[in-house]
Order: sequence, then C-alpha cells, then structure tokens
Amino acid sequence: MAFAAFSSNTPSSTSGKPVKSGKIVLVLMLPGLIYLAMFFFIPLVALIQTSLVKRVATPTVHFDPAWNWQNYADVISRYLPQITRSFGYAFVATLVALLISYPLAYFIGVKVRHRPVLQRLMVTLVIAPFFISFLLRTIAWKQMLADHSPIMEFVHQIGWLQPSQSFIGSGPAVIFGLIYNFIPFMTLPLYTTLERLDVRYLEAGSDLYASPSKVFRKVTLPLSMPGIISGTLLTFIPISGDYVNASQDFLGSQSTSMIGTMVVQDQLVTNNPQTATALSVMLMGIILLLVTVYVRRAGTEELL
Amino acid sequence: MRRLSLSRFIFPIYAFLALLFLLIPIFYTFVFSFNQARRRNTVWNGFTLDHWADVCSRQDLCDALGTSLTISFVSTFIATVLGTALAIALVRYRFRARSAVSLSLFLPMATPEIVMGAGLASLFFSLGVERGMLTVILAHVMFCLSFVVTTVKARVQMLDPILEEAAADLYATPSQVFWKVTFPLLVPGIMAAALLSFALSFDDFIITYFNAGNVTTFPLFIYVAAKGGLPPEANVIASSVFILAILIVVATQVYGNIKKKRLALAK
Repeated sequence: MAFAAFSSNTPSSTSGKPVKSGKIVLVLMLPGLIYLAMFFFIPLVALIQTSLVKRVATPTVHFDPAWNWQNYADVISRYLPQITRSFGYAFVATLVALLISYPLAYFIGVKVRHRPVLQRLMVTLVIAPFFISFLLRTIAWKQMLADHSPIMEFVHQIGWLQPSQSFIGSGPAVIFGLIYNFIPFMTLPLYTTLERLDVRYLEAGSDLYASPSKVFRKVTLPLSMPGIISGTLLTFIPISGDYVNASQDFLGSQSTSMIGTMVVQDQLVTNNPQTATALSVMLMGIILLLVTVYVRRAGTEELL
Repeated sequence: MRRLSLSRFIFPIYAFLALLFLLIPIFYTFVFSFNQARRRNTVWNGFTLDHWADVCSRQDLCDALGTSLTISFVSTFIATVLGTALAIALVRYRFRARSAVSLSLFLPMATPEIVMGAGLASLFFSLGVERGMLTVILAHVMFCLSFVVTTVKARVQMLDPILEEAAADLYATPSQVFWKVTFPLLVPGIMAAALLSFALSFDDFIITYFNAGNVTTFPLFIYVAAKGGLPPEANVIASSVFILAILIVVATQVYGNIKKKRLALAK
C-alpha cells in the first residue's frame, strides 16, 4: 500500500522503548478511533454505496438502492474532459510549483542557516498566506488580473494577449491560481528536508572535481528526494480535487471546469448525488493508483 | 567568481521576489479594507476608516464570523483532545495494530477535500440527519484530527522519558507523573496543534459547503458574496484575523527564544 509511505513509522528513537500496552491504550485510542471509523471510513462506504444507487425521476426524484454500475459509465462518458483536465492542470501546477519552490526552500534551508532569526522570519512569511482566507486571496488575484486592471493593461500593451482576450477564465489563469495557492505546501516539506542537508557532502563532491551542476544532480537532488516526494504529493492530491480556482466565480470559466466543479454541481445544484459520488470514488481511486506508482518509482518507502 | 555572485545576489533577490509573490494578495486584501466602497469593492475610490470602525454594519457578515468562531473553537477543542490521546498512545505504547492505526490516521490527510465532503454528505443524507451546525462541527473535527495527531506525535517523540522515570522514582503516582511532568512538556505541541486546527477549521470552504445546510460560515459568506460583490468589511475581518495570527506566531517564537536563553544562562 502506497500510503504506508506517508505514515511516519519512524521508531520513536528519543523516547526510549515503547511501553507494553495495557488497558490505558484502549482508553486513549478508542474515542479517536471510533470517531475516525464513524466519520471517515463509514462515509467512504456511504460514498461508494451512493455511487451505485439508481436515480428514479418519477413521480418525484428518489434513489433506489442498487448495484447500478451504469453511474460510472455515465460519469466517464460525460466527464472525461474534466477528468483529464483536472489531472493535466494538477500535473503542470505541481511541476511549476516545484520549480518555483525549490530555490526558495534551498535559500531558506541552506543559505541563511547561519542566521536563525532571518530563517524563522522567512518561514513565517512562507506560511503567512495560511492565515488569510483562501477565498479572499483568490479573489484578490481575480481583481488584480481582471480586464482593465493595470497588470492586464500592460500585458495587452506588450502583446502577450490580444486586446479581445481576457486572462481570467482561461486555463492558464486557473493553473496560475493553483500554483499560487499551493506553493507553501510545496515549500515547507522541501525546506524541512533541505534544512537538514549536510553541506559537507556537497563540499566533498566539489573536492572530487564534480562540476557544480554535477554536484547538484548527484548529491543535492538525491538527498532532497524525501522533501520532493512529500511536497509533490501534498500539492498534487489537493489540486486534482480542487474546486475553488477553476470555479466561474473565481479564476475559471465553463471551459476550465475540473472534477471538483462537477462534483459540487451534481451534488448540490442538480441533485445527482449518484454521479457526484461516482466521480469522487474515481478521483480517489486514480489518486491512490498514481501515488502507488509514483512512490514505487521514486523508490522511497519512508516519507515525512 | 561567477558562482560567488550567483549565491550572493541572485539567490536573495529570487527569494525576495518569491516571498513578495506569496504576500501580494495579502497586501491587496489589507489595502482594500480601507477602500471607500459599499458593495463592489473592486476599484480604488479613496481612503476611509469607516469599515474598520463599524465592521458590524453588515449584520449578516458578523453573524457569519460568529458562527465560524463557534464552529472553530468547538471542533478545535474536540479534535485536540481526541488527537492528543491518540498521539500519546501511538508513540508511548507498543501494540499489534500500531502501524495500521498510523496508516488509517494518515489517510484523511491524503484524501481530497471534495471526496471527504461528498462522503460525509452521503452519510448524513442516508442517515436522515439534517445538515447544519452539528454536521459542520462533526466534519471539521474529522479533518483536524489527523493534523493534531501528526503535530503532537512529533512532540511526544522529542520527550525525554528519563524525566518521567525520575518523577516516578520520587514516588509520584502515574496520574501525578502525567499531569505534573508529561502534560506540561507536551503543551507547546498541543498548542501548535490547536492553532493549526483552528486555522484549518476557520478557513475551510469545501467540506463545509457540502455539509452546512442553512448555516453560513465566514468562508461561505465570502463565496456567496463573491458572485454579487464583496463588502469591504469582509477584508477588515480577514485582515484582523491575519494580524492576530501573525502576532500569535511571533509571540510564540519570542517566548521560545527567551526560554532558550534562560536555559542557556541556567547552565
């Protein structure tokens, strides 16, 4: 199971050997585990169950319990563009976020290591966006990049976009928003790994006549793999299920709808919970599959 | 020589620009809380303090804020209690299902919000539970729980068991050991977990949207208002929450520094 890679099974090294269990373990764990079962695992079962019901439109809309696999076929035939778009956007946004975040995390984790106050200030600034509403930040970009805003006047003037074209509502605008919103999720795990990077390995590499780019490829990059893997997972998973950025009221339009858009629409607007849940189950399934393959290929089984 | 200038200038300039990019929308939100605008707060009309002086001129907005605060406090409290107990059990005790439990606690963090929201909505629907404040709180506790466990677990792992053994040697009962030694040492981790939960719960939109029914939280208010025009009072609230959160973070760091210096002096 790929997610074993996530669970921090690091043996508790500093806290000595764990005590043999007694009744107290049950007392400590039972409430939390019951909660987890009731509100995570049972909902997943409810999700699968709902994804198989039959929607009957007459006389009034109601749902018959069934094993109606047709819902999945409907979802695939109707929402294939949204499914491919979601994973396409998630792929591009994750890649760009990695390229933007890596030098930043390297600077904070390695270059300013000898100035702890500055380092802590910079980490605080990286997480600062978490403290202000996600929706408001996205609205702020929407307004800054709207037609006739100073930024867009400039972009139109230098000819990057035709005068008739708007940026907001386009695919690149949605990807831009996704990148912006998820950079902190990428930067933090990269920083945690790079902060512990032993620079003596890099020095050893260059002492042995490796060029700077070779040192980076052969030493720095392999040593930062744990951060790269958890950072890419922490961005890719939520992005592929994102609803806000691609929504028409934020940075997207009809032509940028993603899986999340369709799930919300079917569940809350058109009263089609059977397709909304089938689509959610598929999203979860595809993510589990991709993550399993990814973690296998990246070759680390211990993350975070 | 070329490499020296690269790390000297290009790196800091790049880091500065990247951080600036992250902060621009925050400045924007803050600046537009001072805008002379009533409903459509999109164009700069001039400076005013009116919205800061009278945030609750929009009664519905203040109600939404109150609802959000209630939900975040209650769910943070429940999630912190349940999660701390789980974290202690996971680090301190050995039992057969330990890795299975860690894995199942990790899964919620790897589940897209939309899946969790739709799942909970399906559950409440099939049970016939009416959606409202209660269902929102139940959902928020769920997604905060795993984050609390991860955060507190890190702190429990750092704990030196010698301190507890010393207390036990000095004839402290197990409950005294816990409340006088273990718990105080865990407080920073528990506080960090509670802050994280609060932030996650306060800002959650998707899972809340699926399970709110008629309840309006602050993010739901923004979502609905974004279609018609967002009042500047929303910027005032978001900016105040931001300033408060940053102050708490800075205070914790300063406090940590003072403590460290004192310890160094004592040695």
